[in-house]
Amino acid sequence: MQQKHPTGGEKLIQCLEREGVEYVFGLSGGAVMPMFDALVDSKIQLILVRHEQGATHMADGYARATGRPGVVLVTSGPGATNTVTGLFTALMDSTPIVVITGQTISSMLGKDAFQEADVTGITYPVVKHSYLVKDGNDIPRIVREAFHLARSGRPGPVLIDVPKDVGQGPCTAPFTDELDLPGYEVPGRGDPALVAEAARLLTEAKRPLFYVGHGAVISNAGKAITTLAEKLRAPVVNTLLGKGAVDETHPLHLGMLGMHGTAYANKAVVGCDLIMAIGARWDDRITGKVDEFCTGAVKIHVDIDRAEFGKIIQPDVSILGDARMVIEDLIPQIEMGDTDAWLKQCDRWRKQFPLKYPKQGGLRAQHVLDRLDAVTQGEAILTTDVGQHQMWAAQFCRTRHGRHWLSSGGAGTMGFGFPAAIGAQFAHPDKKVWAICGDGGFQMTQAELATAAVHKLPVKCLIINNNFLGMIRQWQELFYENRLSGSDLEGNPDFVKLAQAYGIKGLRIRRSADVDRILKEAHDYDDGPCVVVAEVVKEDNVFPMIPAGAAVSEMIIEAPKTRLEKPTGST
Amino acid sequence: MSTAQPLTGPAPSIHTISLFVNNKPGVLVRVALVFSRRAFNLESLVVSPAAEGRFSRMTIVCSGAAEALGQVVKQLAKLIDVVHAVDHTGDASYEVEIALVKLECALDKRTEILQIAEHYKARVVDYGPESLVLQAYGSSEKLDALIELLRPFKLTELVRSGKLLMARGKAVT
Repeated sequence: MQQKHPTGGEKLIQCLEREGVEYVFGLSGGAVMPMFDALVDSKIQLILVRHEQGATHMADGYARATGRPGVVLVTSGPGATNTVTGLFTALMDSTPIVVITGQTISSMLGKDAFQEADVTGITYPVVKHSYLVKDGNDIPRIVREAFHLARSGRPGPVLIDVPKDVGQGPCTAPFTDELDLPGYEVPGRGDPALVAEAARLLTEAKRPLFYVGHGAVISNAGKAITTLAEKLRAPVVNTLLGKGAVDETHPLHLGMLGMHGTAYANKAVVGCDLIMAIGARWDDRITGKVDEFCTGAVKIHVDIDRAEFGKIIQPDVSILGDARMVIEDLIPQIEMGDTDAWLKQCDRWRKQFPLKYPKQGGLRAQHVLDRLDAVTQGEAILTTDVGQHQMWAAQFCRTRHGRHWLSSGGAGTMGFGFPAAIGAQFAHPDKKVWAICGDGGFQMTQAELATAAVHKLPVKCLIINNNFLGMIRQWQELFYENRLSGSDLEGNPDFVKLAQAYGIKGLRIRRSADVDRILKEAHDYDDGPCVVVAEVVKEDNVFPMIPAGAAVSEMIIEAPKTRLEKPTGST
Repeated sequence: MSTAQPLTGPAPSIHTISLFVNNKPGVLVRVALVFSRRAFNLESLVVSPAAEGRFSRMTIVCSGAAEALGQVVKQLAKLIDVVHAVDHTGDASYEVEIALVKLECALDKRTEILQIAEHYKARVVDYGPESLVLQAYGSSEKLDALIELLRPFKLTELVRSGKLLMARGKAVT
């Protein structure tokens, strides 16, 4: 009797089950039907999205919240091209997602078939790796490799393009755990000689500073870094994506550094005599003018990606390895540093240049976010879009735990926040999850209100509505003589009514006096999604600010009285 | 404590890189994108099967800022399909290249061309009534010199193989 083999699509879904996948975020179409059909008999839950970009950010939010790859399943052509922004977002922030795309039948490849796009070709620059499946029997190995690549080393997005005939045809190959990845290395512990050298330099330093990035969150190095900082008695700053690796309320923590970081964090960067980057890549938002960045300070760089060493800054010591393992090896070799004067100086800066905002003149975004921090107590997972609200949230919402701050950093993808929160909520059904969005970004993926409503997800979405693309308006005001161009979002909908149209609870904050009550009401509402719209003052600016391309020492702490030169940096 | 140089500096120079890669579709595109994204120009590229058929060899000659080359090699090595990448610029590896040169010239004008060809040990591989084709091999610099000498003689076509390279002794290519 002939054995019945599964189809390629069935095998692929079984492989996903074997990888421990709980959810697939997707949208169907002709070429991907074999896989969607196989989902009917699978224990994997399909989350039907309203636009493929939303699926990628949901998978990304799921991945950032758990460390496990998020999975996307979409069709060929436009379905696949709609994932490009999500792939790029995941690549820039090193998050593990696996995107599976349907493709036209093999014999029609390259012949302009209906909904045929050269998806592997289009996505080469925005994936860690990709596969075009030519033989159904390769499916078990390819899926195994895709998940391994997505989550190991420096994580990133992996794409699998599956022609429809491969999905429909038989797959006779068994499951496999074998990987065919010659030359792919996953760094672990650091070179002991380099770790010892770093320990010596750290102990000798008078003004050491730990600069903590996303790599520390990914490798779960936060606890080790905290121990190290306490033992050495050295202050800690983190990047936008490093938020939560070390508790931002810790007495040694100076908050976020960089373009819109705290003044005291940036003063510490200028004043340190040793800076140690842990899973951070000297991004241009951090260094400002590279030639003037920490000149005279010893630089130690811990990274899992060899290509980051010397890309922007030439470190004195480069340690290739997993951040947690490197720091754990470092701790026993460290002695308490002579840092009293340095810590006192940092505390003086903290008192002298606190984060602040006007308490009068209407409802302020900063006030709303400051109070959100009070309501959530750092126990909620926060996601953001990109722009002013993101920077204010980064400043005022102090992240206590790793994987509790999900924000598009490198790519700066507007529209990320709300779908990412949906993905995080699926990952953690018992946690409070808040998306913090701008009115501009929210409208880019607001179609996913339907997805949240259908699943009665208790996700909360706070829209900071200033009826502007606020960060653009800020730049136009500061650097372009206030000549506003394309930054006024006239025509915004009533977001409360929009939520209600989906059957979602909508709340509005108009007055500062109502902030606490309404945030609390939303926070405690768990019967479904809740949209809170904060109608904030239209024209407000984020400070401190280091203009793009300027040195960190040129930080503007408060609103300037005179017009500024156009920035020389990229954006 | 100097900072890294920008990727496109003012002084491009010539580099030779050898890659050992998986023999799979798409590898060439992934490799090419590393160069094009950083505004490096590929001067020549030779792809051929390696001793073991599942791998290929790529020998790449490119021009770009010397300071940025280290970053390019690291980004190449980072590609999943690249097993290893070696920068052979300025090392003692054995290098060779082949050139085919077509010259348009009547029978009575050939003596001088053939003298030059002989000096460079180039062989005539096609001898027609109005043209001839020379085949020359040797280092890329030697071929450059030969071609410059032949240019005054109505050089109509030039095809070069691109540089082939192998590390000497036990060194890895």
